Amino acid sequence: MTSAALAPSRSPRNRRSARGGLPLTRVSGLGLGVAMVWFSLLVLIPLAAVAVTAAQGGWGGFWRTVTNEQTAATLRLTVGTALLVTLVNIVMGTLIAWVLVRDRFIGKRALEVLIDVPFALPTIVAGLVLLSLYGPDSPLGVNIANTRTAVFLAFLFVTLPFIVRTVQPVLAELEPESEEAAASLGASRFTTFRRIILPSLTPAIAAGAALSFARAVGEYGSLILLSGNLPMRTEVASVRILSSIENDNPDSAAAVAVVLLAVSLAVIVALDVIARRVIRRG
Amino acid sequence: MADHSTFARRQVLRFVVAAYLFFLVAWPVYLVGRNAFAGGLGNLDDILTDPDVTHALRLTVVVAVIAVLINTVFGVGISIMLVRYDFPGKRALNALLDMPLSVSPIVVGLALVLVYGGRHGWFGPALESAGLQIIFAVPGIVLATVFVALPLVIREVVPVLEEVGDEQEQAARSLGADAVQTFRRITLPAIRWGVIYGVVLSLARSLGEFGAVKVVSGNVLGETRTATLVVEEKYLNFDKGGAYATAFLLALVAVACVIVVSALRPKEDR
Repeated sequence: MTSAALAPSRSPRNRRSARGGLPLTRVSGLGLGVAMVWFSLLVLIPLAAVAVTAAQGGWGGFWRTVTNEQTAATLRLTVGTALLVTLVNIVMGTLIAWVLVRDRFIGKRALEVLIDVPFALPTIVAGLVLLSLYGPDSPLGVNIANTRTAVFLAFLFVTLPFIVRTVQPVLAELEPESEEAAASLGASRFTTFRRIILPSLTPAIAAGAALSFARAVGEYGSLILLSGNLPMRTEVASVRILSSIENDNPDSAAAVAVVLLAVSLAVIVALDVIARRVIRRG
Repeated sequence: MADHSTFARRQVLRFVVAAYLFFLVAWPVYLVGRNAFAGGLGNLDDILTDPDVTHALRLTVVVAVIAVLINTVFGVGISIMLVRYDFPGKRALNALLDMPLSVSPIVVGLALVLVYGGRHGWFGPALESAGLQIIFAVPGIVLATVFVALPLVIREVVPVLEEVGDEQEQAARSLGADAVQTFRRITLPAIRWGVIYGVVLSLARSLGEFGAVKVVSGNVLGETRTATLVVEEKYLNFDKGGAYATAFLLALVAVACVIVVSALRPKEDR
């Protein structure tokens, strides 16, 4: 385990369903019932309402909405940037996890805290934070406000913890013996990493990448002050949905929302499939 | 020789990671603090004596506390169900519970408006005629906040529950303890730390929710405007000092929450 605030519960979670447990008693059944009613009222029914509202305009209406020039541009920018950010996170997140687990140095605890800050920081504050270093008053002299780089940077900031926090515990539990064995049999550092370490880390990396992608695709708060929300240039999908809501057009808002939900779902499933394939190859 | 190159590689990796985190997180966060105090304590003083801002801060705290209470009770209850009991649909529920983490806050707001909106929502008009306004009022802000922070307690408590096992609970029951006694005397002390981490993380998330709250709150000055909405409004109205000062307060709480969790986690966990 790690000192992560975002301690992931991936492997225990998978065990949970396999282990079964007690059959429901009257009291626990009632408790579960109450919890399910609450969960339905809060999460399931509202999300279903989004899907139903999007479907109300029929396929033609839905297609017109999402292929509208401005909307399509926001979707391209959002999904494209989210994919790019996820790729960067796969490399940097794994690297950070590696250094935090395998290396010892003064100030490591501080780095641990820094990883979790983007998760706890309100997104609007995250935007302001990035603006103060990379905006018009930047002490570095770079001003990326209102550009597509700002969208990339904001996504990178808010998704920082996900891959680090899913990979870290798996890496910590990895036995060094197999690495040593590989090395003693003449495998190079790179071969050891690729053949021994990477396969064990892949499920964790995929899980973190899925979270990171889904988070980026839906990001809103950190962009408001940073990206300028220029139509066709830096406007992301969430901003587009909000302006539809504010223009009292819930049907188009719901249509774009469904696309976002579907894209997130597709990427989560795809990463799961990839992870399984890599494990099977061993 | 091999040792030397390993050492060099470590140094490089360590440096890359430290530099990345410095430019992405540490320096920007530090600058917000510095900008907040650019004119001494003036900015902070201005916002803390502005009744609209203090109202927003109070509202934010009240909403966050209510949301954390709801999520703690719900989270602990559902975690026990998932770990200790068996019922149809458990795997599906397990997957669905993580969903709020991957839904855009704007979509969360939209979903709640579509169901609880006063004019066209599925349930909204009926609730409103019963005298309960949800959207553009405080209950909507609470719902949005509960939604976005929902999985956090569960994600912390479930692994702990699995690790402690149920032997002690069975022993207590066989000695005649009822369900409430077993929970209070055995289960709760065992999962205490998991619950505390979950609560602290939920608190940080709840105090800082922005997008979902923006959609459902209506952002009415002195009524439904929360602290994060104040940051946006001040910044867009060219009151950068006020925006930085409010952002500084929010960042302070967030960073404090992260440090508390990181310091509390037991050493052997590391």
